[in-house]
Amino acid sequence: MGRYLLRRLLQLVPVFIGTTFLIYWLVWAVPGDPFAGKCGERRCPDQYIAFMTEKYHLDQNVFVQYGSYMKNLLQGDFGQTFSQREISDIIMTSYPNTLKLALVALAIEAIIGLGAGVLSGLRRNGFLDNLVLVSTLFLIALPVFVVGFVLQWLLGVQWGIIKPTVSSEMRWSELIVPGFVLGSASVAYIARVARTSIAENRRADYVRTAIAKGLPMRRVVGVHLLRNSLIPVVTLLGTDLGALMGGAIVTEGIFGINGIGRQVFRAIITKESATVVGIVVVLVLVYLVMNLLVDLLYAALDPRIRYE
Amino acid sequence: MRVSKRATSAIALSAAAALVASGCSSGGDGDTAASADGSIVVHGVQPENPLVPSNTTETGGGKIVDWLWTGLVEYPNDGGAPRNALAESINTTDSKVFTIKIKAGTKFHDGTEVKAKNFVDAWNWAAYSPNGAQNGTFFADIAGFDQTYTTDPDGPDGPKKAPTPSTDKMSGLKVIDEQTFEVTLSAPTAVFPTKLGYSAFMPLPDVFFTMKPEEFGRKPIANGPVKFVSWEDNSLIKLTRFDDYNLRDKMKIKDVDVKLYQDDNAAYADLLANNLDFMEVVPTSALAGDKWKTDLGDRGRSTVTPSTAFIAFPIYDKRFQNPKLRRAVSLAVNRQEISDKIFFGTRKPADSWANPLTPGAKPGNCTACKFDPETAKTLLAEAGGFTGEMVFYYNADSAHKDWMDAVAQQIKTNLNINARAEGVPTFAVFRQNINAHTMKGPYRAAWQQDYPDVENWVNPLFVTNGSSNDGLYSNPEVDALAKQASGAPSLEASHEAFAKAVEKVDQDVPSIPVYFYGQQSGHSEKIKKLELNNVGEIDITSVEL
Repeated sequence: MGRYLLRRLLQLVPVFIGTTFLIYWLVWAVPGDPFAGKCGERRCPDQYIAFMTEKYHLDQNVFVQYGSYMKNLLQGDFGQTFSQREISDIIMTSYPNTLKLALVALAIEAIIGLGAGVLSGLRRNGFLDNLVLVSTLFLIALPVFVVGFVLQWLLGVQWGIIKPTVSSEMRWSELIVPGFVLGSASVAYIARVARTSIAENRRADYVRTAIAKGLPMRRVVGVHLLRNSLIPVVTLLGTDLGALMGGAIVTEGIFGINGIGRQVFRAIITKESATVVGIVVVLVLVYLVMNLLVDLLYAALDPRIRYE
Repeated sequence: MRVSKRATSAIALSAAAALVASGCSSGGDGDTAASADGSIVVHGVQPENPLVPSNTTETGGGKIVDWLWTGLVEYPNDGGAPRNALAESINTTDSKVFTIKIKAGTKFHDGTEVKAKNFVDAWNWAAYSPNGAQNGTFFADIAGFDQTYTTDPDGPDGPKKAPTPSTDKMSGLKVIDEQTFEVTLSAPTAVFPTKLGYSAFMPLPDVFFTMKPEEFGRKPIANGPVKFVSWEDNSLIKLTRFDDYNLRDKMKIKDVDVKLYQDDNAAYADLLANNLDFMEVVPTSALAGDKWKTDLGDRGRSTVTPSTAFIAFPIYDKRFQNPKLRRAVSLAVNRQEISDKIFFGTRKPADSWANPLTPGAKPGNCTACKFDPETAKTLLAEAGGFTGEMVFYYNADSAHKDWMDAVAQQIKTNLNINARAEGVPTFAVFRQNINAHTMKGPYRAAWQQDYPDVENWVNPLFVTNGSSNDGLYSNPEVDALAKQASGAPSLEASHEAFAKAVEKVDQDVPSIPVYFYGQQSGHSEKIKKLELNNVGEIDITSVEL
């Protein structure tokens, strides 16, 4: 187990270097002079451009730029944006917001998706099963921004149940609707995967044995069936946290949440490689760690899986 | 039993969460406290740079700088001639040497007094080129500017660097006593006092010069009716009334929260739900079919701003050097139709070179702004026609596609030129091409005055080497008249001479004015009284609840 963990952790290093360089290079290759549009319809003074170019080493080639960026990064210095703000500050203010939103979405996914999936899987082809199938199809078909705008307009503007946007304090209660919007498509997938998995294992030998030896139904489902059916669902949920965080840009925009989505978008538009890489570095780490956690969870869920 | 027990508690939990959610939104209204303790939430966008006045050129930060600072002169909300604010008097006999006396006993937000020195130091800092201030060139009128502001001999892309300036103090600035300083310009400039209300000319407290500008700009210390409290990036800037403020425009309410939105539609939803008290410009999506009027009723207001949308010609391109061709294109644009069909009447067809709201501008002086397809055809024939494709460029990251498409279509129909409109992905790339003079066809441009005088519509746009004369238009007659106008002894004489220069511009049609901007704003039910300033921003000192 320890060795497996070490090997997995060592694998993170090349993945980390590869992704950061690719992203740095891609943003660097975005056309456009980062300072050309800074002064509106007026040409920026050459002195301003010279000052900024020198400050951010933009006159060097991309390898040198990346090299000095990484050197600073390893010393814990994320660098500054072109607006002369510390990137570490941006990461520290926007990450918790996105993480909070993604966690709410994940919780909603797990509760609604799993609940609906288990119920419909146990009663296949019943009314509930059909209802879940149709409603999840509906959710998958609707793009996130449609769900977002409709809910914001109905609940926020028409009925006044919620505030249309989230305040800067980011209270958990304010995040329920945005979290649902963000997680809506995934809820549908979780429900469908859970349903299939449950339905399949429902007819497995060990379930039949458990029922035959007279265990109460609650225990058969809760301990034996659910535990074995959860592996694909956990895989989905685990990788989804990263996807939710990276994909929150639309939801963040609709509900006015200061998250990483808008920061990345703004940074790409303004060619701030350092900001994009800084934010993505943390996102890459989230992905890698979540993947590792999921793999370790497999072993906990299914005693047949062991890591050497 | 374990499973079911957990299941019940989960349901109970989510029910409680729902109660919390509905409970927090039903409170919060019925606030009938007097204006004096009132607070408002206004729409804003994250400032691009730390809030240093001479380094702020975009509206997100510019708006907040305007609220935080009070300059020597102020621009009245009705768009009229500027009047003294912090200045007690601005005296000159020859429009070259100005003696500026400031009012005694006004304070910065850190309690120190505003002195003549604070102006002189601030201006010298901005004009010293190694500081890289975006507004550095605004001080070019002052004697000695060329000593503090050096230029790179081969441009910013070349290998050579700009030489270090020989001094960091402009010789034209002299402190006379605590309240008085003298400004000597390198040439007479009648409009100089008008410029003094622009943010580049704001005073800076002594503490600014002891810290890094970007640190100062994160917690700015200014001298205006409101002071800075806090700034949470991308989400909120808090301002509050400065109680020691003793000039004309005192605050009637206490707190102003600037909520920083990334999406106009989110802000608009907040406005509709009375969760936002003022939004300067409602989103384009709400203009269609006058939706905003039905949505907002008497909470909406429509106003005009001193901004004009142009289509500029790349005159460095041989195909666009014939004034007859340029006039033909201008006459073939049906501005009324664009205003009615694309903008639902919220923008007005342009009929003059300088926006008519600007002091000194003459309305209706653009003879090329009529819609006259017949004359246009004749002129095009005289110019020898146009071969090839005429592509109209715009930046696609903002809402310009519809009207640029319409212009191209009108040129195609009315002149039989093979015309189309093409979007350039971002404003940065668009501006880069414009700055490099590599545009292959006419392109959109917009101009909002920096300070209210017709001079700001002529010198930057139509004079050779003007700061925004991107099409490289050059006419010695215009240059001479504009120079004479800038150096005129009085504003009246200056305006007369500028009118003559504009007549010459009108013959050459270096760009074509298309429409004058309008602005549709909305406020919450809470606000009982509010005025907009000369450029359409909310005047927070006028707000009453």
